[in-house]
Amino acid sequence: MTGSTVEQPAAAAPTRTVTYREALREALREALQRDDRVFLMGEDVGRYGGCFGVSLGLLEEFGPERVRDTPLSELAFVGAGIGAALGGMRPVVEVMTVNFSLLAMDQILNNAATLLHMSGGQLPVPLVLRMTTGAGRQLAAQHSHSLEGWYAHIPGLRVLAPATVEDARGMLWTALEDPDPVVIFEHGGLYNTAGELDEDAGPVDIQHAAVRRPGRDVTLVTYGGSLPKALEAAAALAADGISAEVVDLRSLRPLDDETICASVARTHRVVVVDEGWRSVGLSAEVSARVCEQVFYELDAPVRRVCSAEVPIPYAKQLEEAALPQVADVVAAAREVVGSA
Amino acid sequence: MNASLTDTEHALDRDHATALLRSMLRVRRFEEKCAELYSATQIRGFLHLYVGEEAVSTGVIPQLRPDDAVVATYREHGQALVRGVPMDAVMAEMYGKATGCSSGRGGSMHLFDLSRRFYGGNAIVAGGLPIAVGLALADLLQGRDRVTACFFGDGAVAEGAFHECMNLAALWQLPVLFVCENNLYAMGTAVHRALSQPHMALRAASYEMAAWSADGMDVVAVEAAARQAVDAVRSGGGPHFLELQTYRFRAHSMYDAERYRTKEEVAQWRLRDPIDQLVARLRHDGQLDDTELASYEAAVADEIAAAIRFAEDSPAEPVADLLRHVHTEREAS
Repeated sequence: MTGSTVEQPAAAAPTRTVTYREALREALREALQRDDRVFLMGEDVGRYGGCFGVSLGLLEEFGPERVRDTPLSELAFVGAGIGAALGGMRPVVEVMTVNFSLLAMDQILNNAATLLHMSGGQLPVPLVLRMTTGAGRQLAAQHSHSLEGWYAHIPGLRVLAPATVEDARGMLWTALEDPDPVVIFEHGGLYNTAGELDEDAGPVDIQHAAVRRPGRDVTLVTYGGSLPKALEAAAALAADGISAEVVDLRSLRPLDDETICASVARTHRVVVVDEGWRSVGLSAEVSARVCEQVFYELDAPVRRVCSAEVPIPYAKQLEEAALPQVADVVAAAREVVGSA
Repeated sequence: MNASLTDTEHALDRDHATALLRSMLRVRRFEEKCAELYSATQIRGFLHLYVGEEAVSTGVIPQLRPDDAVVATYREHGQALVRGVPMDAVMAEMYGKATGCSSGRGGSMHLFDLSRRFYGGNAIVAGGLPIAVGLALADLLQGRDRVTACFFGDGAVAEGAFHECMNLAALWQLPVLFVCENNLYAMGTAVHRALSQPHMALRAASYEMAAWSADGMDVVAVEAAARQAVDAVRSGGGPHFLELQTYRFRAHSMYDAERYRTKEEVAQWRLRDPIDQLVARLRHDGQLDDTELASYEAAVADEIAAAIRFAEDSPAEPVADLLRHVHTEREAS
């Protein structure tokens, strides 16, 4: 880089390669170390080490009181997390998958999201709820759905979707400092992905979307497990001379309209990539906000790449066909820039 | 101490029995006035009256300490008042006023008072049980000897949340007192039409939890059972379960035509009115005369009149504040 005029930090912070799973585990460990009120509760979080191995080793380190295996009672233990939060604790409750969280939906909507308002501001619920979402592992129609949009519909919840190791590492602590309930969606396809993490990585902001790749011609708005696909699509588009900007929503509720709309104002074209179903979902919400706020910046209609409107099937070729793929994103982006 | 009103070997402690009477009268007359106000459209929404069941809250809640917690249902005026939520604040809540105990956001079904550890006011049947389990878990983890009392009806016993919570509370030996107010009907569905095993305590006992039934129309019996259970929970005995057999004299809510039960059945239960029974016993023992009873009634009437004045004179919760309390308000940085 001799002669470069690009500003570089005096000395780049040392980094290390970690997986998304390891980053989540480090975040849990940090939280358990920093605050006695924090405890982890859920099915198989202790002896088993977590259904996806996220909490492996934490039982040995922190003991069964604070890394608490539960019976298969989502409704009771999510509600118990709410009660424990009201009782002064800072529970982190893990639900294995978003499909299973439906068993606890009453407690999440009717209590966690509602108690503060219904009590006239007396009862904040500082609960963090973690769950796996998404498809891509041939787990069929009861383990694969992306229902983030359902949760993002609910006033009173904050909904996060870490897509990078930095966010996997940093979102938990910030969420625990929030006095109100936060739902964190971990995409199952990301656990084994690896990335560079600063040695001194810590809590991150949970308010803003992030531009993961700058570009001029089209904005790809996405989150969670679709981020790697959008980045891959952007790289493929670059090879064809199309400069795609990739916006990672990070927070699904509230949405960071400012970052989304600023990007659209730069590129004038937008493709929303969402593993949820198209109808009445997050992609529809993003599209509506763009149309409401920066309609006159658009040079082409908003496009969406979403999952097919079908329960996610088992067979590999069917599952792949049901999900947004890199080629679909590339095709949609080409279409909006008029080079299809 | 007496174990029941029918225990005539021991005289009732006059002051204590009088306090019980006044507590029940206060709840009864408050609710009767609420029904009037509902008909006059001063109170709207759903209004679920507790008339007939007053011995339950009056018998159980005073056994708790101020730092204990109470979780109740949508039929919770009695629990709130006995717990000490001011009548003014309860009435103002019914009126949807800013001075209501939930700032007009909750209404009759959602009374809250954090300062008294009164956690509502839950209108999803069995929805309060997991909250109570969690409050108790927090106490266990923080080494506090507090008790959480969780009130629910017979209808809750058919819900999955009930079973999950019985199991979790017993498994983790949590300091919860489960209080089943068995008034024999889940709205219009009789217990025997809803439950394969209508013996509530037997169900709880199957989770390895101490459980028994008591006459919920006899405030002295309720109090004796509750005292024993609260003491046991507080001293580390794990969760306990009380079934209090009671009866709702009035309709489920103000919209109920009561097609599911007969007037004769209601009349039979009214013969066991918890207030009438206590009054009869006190009179029998020569501990209450008409003048005293009239003075108690007058005091309650005054308090209710003052609560109505307070509610009527209070400012409405402003529409400009509609979006408050969706997220916690933090100091501007």
